[in-house]
Amino acid sequence: MEQVVEARTRSGGRIKFYIGGLLIFAAVVYLIVTSTRANAQYFFTIDELFSRGQSVVDQNVRVSGAVIGDSIQYDPQDLSLHFTVANVPADNKQIEAQGGLAAVLHDAVTDPGRTRLDVVYIGPKPDLLRDEAQAIMTGHIGNDNVFYADELLLKCPTKYEEAVPSQVAP
Amino acid sequence: MVANLGYGSLIIAFLVSIYGAGAAFYGARKNLPSLVDSARNAMLLTFPLLTVTALSIVYLLVNAHYEFPFVDEVISNSMPFYLRITALWGGQAGSLIFWSWLMSAFAAAVTLRKWNRDREFLPWVILVSLVTLAFFLILSIFVENPFVRLWQSPIGNITTSVLQPSGTTLYIPSNGNGMNPLLRHLGMIIHPPMLYLGFVSFVIPYAFAMAALITGRTDDRWIRLTRRWTLVAWLFLSLGLILGARWAYDVLGWGGFWNWDPVETASLMPWLTGTAFLHSVMIQEKRGMLKQWNMVLIILTYDLVIFGTFLTRSGVLSSVHAFAQSAIGPLFFAFIGLTFVASLSLLSRRWNDLRSDAEMTSIYSREGLFLGNNLLFIAVFIFCFWGVIFPVLTEALGIIGQKIPALAGIFNGQKITVGPNFYNSTTVYGFAGLALLMGITPVSAWRNSTAKTVGKSLIIPFALSLLIIPVLLLGGMRSIPAMIGFWICTFTIIVTVNEFWRAARARHRAQKENLLLAFWHLASKNRRRYGGYIIHLGAILMGLGIIGYYFFQTETQGTIPQGGQISLGQYTVTFDSLSVFNTSDNRNVARAVISAYKNGQFVGELYPRRDYYNESQQTVTIPGVRSTLEDDLYIILADWQPLSTTGATFKVYHNPLINWLWIGGFVFIIGMLWAAWPVKELEMVALQNSVPIQKQAG
Repeated sequence: MEQVVEARTRSGGRIKFYIGGLLIFAAVVYLIVTSTRANAQYFFTIDELFSRGQSVVDQNVRVSGAVIGDSIQYDPQDLSLHFTVANVPADNKQIEAQGGLAAVLHDAVTDPGRTRLDVVYIGPKPDLLRDEAQAIMTGHIGNDNVFYADELLLKCPTKYEEAVPSQVAP
Repeated sequence: MVANLGYGSLIIAFLVSIYGAGAAFYGARKNLPSLVDSARNAMLLTFPLLTVTALSIVYLLVNAHYEFPFVDEVISNSMPFYLRITALWGGQAGSLIFWSWLMSAFAAAVTLRKWNRDREFLPWVILVSLVTLAFFLILSIFVENPFVRLWQSPIGNITTSVLQPSGTTLYIPSNGNGMNPLLRHLGMIIHPPMLYLGFVSFVIPYAFAMAALITGRTDDRWIRLTRRWTLVAWLFLSLGLILGARWAYDVLGWGGFWNWDPVETASLMPWLTGTAFLHSVMIQEKRGMLKQWNMVLIILTYDLVIFGTFLTRSGVLSSVHAFAQSAIGPLFFAFIGLTFVASLSLLSRRWNDLRSDAEMTSIYSREGLFLGNNLLFIAVFIFCFWGVIFPVLTEALGIIGQKIPALAGIFNGQKITVGPNFYNSTTVYGFAGLALLMGITPVSAWRNSTAKTVGKSLIIPFALSLLIIPVLLLGGMRSIPAMIGFWICTFTIIVTVNEFWRAARARHRAQKENLLLAFWHLASKNRRRYGGYIIHLGAILMGLGIIGYYFFQTETQGTIPQGGQISLGQYTVTFDSLSVFNTSDNRNVARAVISAYKNGQFVGELYPRRDYYNESQQTVTIPGVRSTLEDDLYIILADWQPLSTTGATFKVYHNPLINWLWIGGFVFIIGMLWAAWPVKELEMVALQNSVPIQKQAG
């Protein structure tokens, strides 16, 4: 007797579980798609950024480049920071082939033929911002071809370890 | 000499683990107990061998043998003794050795247990553990060897090699880089070992799961055997995560504690699947269900542990923790792929043996709600995994665009990342759902709960918890998501506390014990259950801190002269003075004195500082923090003018409720210790006896 009762609740329960599972699955897919769209940031080299021209103006992107030390200008009164970065390749194999990150950054800074990008950032000057550091910037490029960075991450190659953890600039 | 000893025993440990794995396999296949015993001895032997290796590295570190590039990287003349020991896990080569050493310690501990009832598992547990260990030893020997030295040729070229290349002399730098100053923090000294302990101890339940699949003994014996290992693994992993968050808050100087950095996310992922596993094994124990699912979870957790180690150690993803790009990547990838495929094919072979003994009858039964909990954990895991691999994926998929021009627009090979916002806006639903489930599940029963019975038990806590909304509104809160969050927390706290209260009062009446004693006996009798509730309370308290931080953090920044002030909300801070001085351990410190006022009342002095480490040429920003249960005032000395110390730039953060994150973390750990505390053997026997009864019920 009891067996029969169990069997009935079983089949009824099963559908509920499938529906519940499907709902969660649908919610997961929906959240992934919408949030990926809303938060996607293209990761560009400076050359790539310029080659896209108007299509990337005002879009949220991530760009990396080698910091040119002489270009750094900082006004502590209004916390405005201006500097220029030179194009470096993003591909790790390419970086290795050219002798590692430190060599690549050095070449980029000393070669006047590289594409350069002016950057504006409002906030305290990060300590790691110095000549031949690698800057990874999140922000957008304006119509004036100046990059307005909201976030600035810096890496400095050291002697043996290629990159050391750097502080996140907010 | 010491280096040769360490290197020699590293090589021997590798050979021994290869031998042990082979002997275990062959011995089990041909049914040769003597060979299995030999494999067991091999597994035991790896521990002393790797101890010698680890100690020899510590010796090299403590005595600053700079001819080893590994030492050179993490040690400098000014570093104190204790930091030199912890430098073992400060660099890549050393941390891999440390990983292997912990692995061998755990494997040896497992080997030493009594195996009488479970002899058929032994060879396979040995095989899985030793293959994992051998993989890490391969990395240490062939890719990231801590024992390579610097050699100088007559023309001044410096090469690295273990043995002396002909015609060169040893090159000994006079000072090293020193450990990254950001890592010289108590949290960072304990955080990596805790995380590694968590990682390593998850290998043990996985090894038992594989043994169960291979031998075909697919009842829940393997789960009972590894229950404590799983809890311990989970304890260390949770502790590691909490300490990492605290370190970020204290040292990184951006006012937060978690930024969805790929490395952080990588260590969260095995925690998510491991937590799901911890819950779903209870369904298998009580109801004989979800056996296949448990296997999937432990396989996933194991490979996520390897993946987590890989992400932290390979530098495939640009992150705050960026370590060197090295040849480790492809090896890890191959190992993860191989173990994943092998485990899944074993699982598919036993798939039918792992069918459930019973079927779920109601979503509102405890097992139904546990299943919901599992799905939510997996959902959060999927969000994390997607975010971590998305940049790699979009770059790799460029190949599709190259092959099929029509799709070149979509798959253009451009690396695309998703920032912290992606994780926040997706995982929040999973975490909110989990918090709510914590409030519902305690009142449900195994098998027979229905919406009616659960609803009846929850109506009063639900009504009570709604009272928080007018309170928040009167307090001036207008953010709806934050109010929902606080309501869920209130609801879950009421239900959980009520569970304790109800049971303790019942015992108090029945046994004539006073309430406190009744409470104590109750919690001691069913450690897993009440430990679990304490953990839930801890998680909810942490949730309060997280809600306060995400919804109500405010910040401002400004450059002010001496005597100037910055205001933020109720707070005003004035810049009193700044001093710059050198310390004995080769730092240049700039330290500001700040007076903080709340609503015009003086509440204390804060000392934000910047330490410049001369040897590594790095600066560490130490915030000045005034911490209360209500909020934190968190001030960073962002910059100062070197010539005249009259002006300085500060960032000021107001972090409401953030202290509850740490208090909750503390409660969380206590709950875990409570649940994982060794119980008497007597209780174990009682649990084992209960197995056939459970079977009948299903």
